Amino acid sequence: MTAISAELQPLPARLAWFAADTWVVARRHVMRLFHRPDELLGTLLIPVMAVLMFGFVFGNALGAAMTLPGDEYREFLLPGLFALTMAFGIGNTTISVASDIRGGVLDRMRSLPMSPAAVLAGRSVADLLTAAVELAIVMGFGTLLGWHWHGGVGALLAAFGLLALLRLAFSWVGILLGLLVSGPEAAMKYFALLFPLAMVADTVIPTDLMPDGLAGVARWNPLSATVITTRRLFGNPSAPTTSWVAEQAPALAVAWPVAIIAVSMPLGLVRLRRIAR
Amino acid sequence: MNPQSGLPAILCEDVRKSYPRRGQVLDGLDLVVEPGTIHGLLGPNGAGKTTAVRILSTLQRLDSGRAMVTGRDVARDPAGVRERIGVAGQYAAVDEILTGRQNLQMFGRLHHLRARVARARADKLLERFDLVAAADRPVRHYSGGMRRRLDLAVSLIRSARVLFLDEPSTGLDPRSRNDVWDAVRELAGSGTTVLLTTQYLEEADRLCSRISVLDHGRIVAEGSPAELKARVGGNLDDAFLHLTGRPMLVGVA
Ligand SMILES: Nc1ncnc2c1ncn2[C@@H]1O[C@H](COP(=O)(O)OP(=O)(O)O)[C@@H](O)[C@H]1O
Ligand SMILES: [Mg+2]
Repeated sequence: MTAISAELQPLPARLAWFAADTWVVARRHVMRLFHRPDELLGTLLIPVMAVLMFGFVFGNALGAAMTLPGDEYREFLLPGLFALTMAFGIGNTTISVASDIRGGVLDRMRSLPMSPAAVLAGRSVADLLTAAVELAIVMGFGTLLGWHWHGGVGALLAAFGLLALLRLAFSWVGILLGLLVSGPEAAMKYFALLFPLAMVADTVIPTDLMPDGLAGVARWNPLSATVITTRRLFGNPSAPTTSWVAEQAPALAVAWPVAIIAVSMPLGLVRLRRIAR
Repeated sequence: MNPQSGLPAILCEDVRKSYPRRGQVLDGLDLVVEPGTIHGLLGPNGAGKTTAVRILSTLQRLDSGRAMVTGRDVARDPAGVRERIGVAGQYAAVDEILTGRQNLQMFGRLHHLRARVARARADKLLERFDLVAAADRPVRHYSGGMRRRLDLAVSLIRSARVLFLDEPSTGLDPRSRNDVWDAVRELAGSGTTVLLTTQYLEEADRLCSRISVLDHGRIVAEGSPAELKARVGGNLDDAFLHLTGRPMLVGVA
């Protein structure tokens, strides 16, 4: 059979196989979405509902609290919800990895001559592709409610880049959690924990309007840095920066995700190897 | 057929494995499987069959002892072992949402077959396991028997030197079971070594040229089906498993 042996190959060949394996795994997850688009709906429902609830139902009241008219509040809100969408993706990633362990698919892949790390890398590539689709849909909804970007194309691309970087970081957090939880149902049980991560941040209301202790936590939330920075890049209204953390937002919007990846990726790979114990 | 025909296809020497809260699961397993044969690992539930298969297929580490597959040490050269084996676990491990064809093609690609070869191989296996009509349906709509056959097909994507089948006929209707048995015989006919675990002597008797009886993590009896039957009085029904129960077997082995 025309099989190409992966063992004892030089590094460039191994990297090429790693990339090829990663792509096959990523394609698998994307193909699953074509069979079950409702899985995408699960993660999308929360940000779309948030657009409607915070933008429409509470929009005028929250805007008044910030002395902004309702339509300007919605301009303020949407970048927060883009980052929130990235955060809620953690749930899908965790459930997907936990299900592959439960169903034996991870074991089957581990028994193949493929790169084991590609099983995880493929998941995170699929997460990025899914995030692009989710972002497009949430942006579409936002546009219907009057959200616009006012910056140039370069700023727009930079904002997308930061959101993708945030999703990549959360993808590896989700992968690590998926390797650690006892099963997909445990992942679902803890899903609600994503709410404080997504909301105790500069997403829906400015941190200055939160109670003191909470505001401190919210300012340091990795989401806040991305939200503040993308608001500026999209040319949307933002709250005045009153803290050191907020002033450092552009640097933190890169540093936070990079730090999260630097911790969760190696831990995930170690955990994958430990599964054999 | 097998260039290393002097070597056993599978060799276990004093393999031990324990789990933290469970204690010793494999307690000095010794096993020799000759190339090109169908070898049965027969034992009751909890005997350690799945653990043995998982160690030999590099999915689990052993605590001590030595395990070799086609002359390669599972601990030192797991990648080399993975190149030469096919594994069908105790439960079908396929993607439930994808179709049967998509599963076969994906695992073919992950076996490092070229896209065209993977597609052709998938078509062939779908035909061989009578899954052509269901090929483009999602696996979650398959019956238990179809799922098992797909799982077996996936484990055969690349012609493996050694195939591990963990309780391949558990939960199958008689027709699917016969299909699986035919496929296993055909494989062995073409030179593949098969290590098959089962709880049923009848299955081992029908398929295997040699049987090792596993109990409490060690081999307690071994021989051809005829030899074993002679030792237990030629009685083929499930009572054999009760015979493999502690007091009797000590006498048999
Ligand atoms: N990962 C594990 N952790 C703890 N105990 C385990 C684990 N896997 C198997 N066991 C235990 O090891 C024993 C042997 O299991 P197994 O190898 O699955 O036996 P068999 O396949 O013959 O039924 C059982 O008692 C089982 O509960
Ligand atoms: Mg078992």
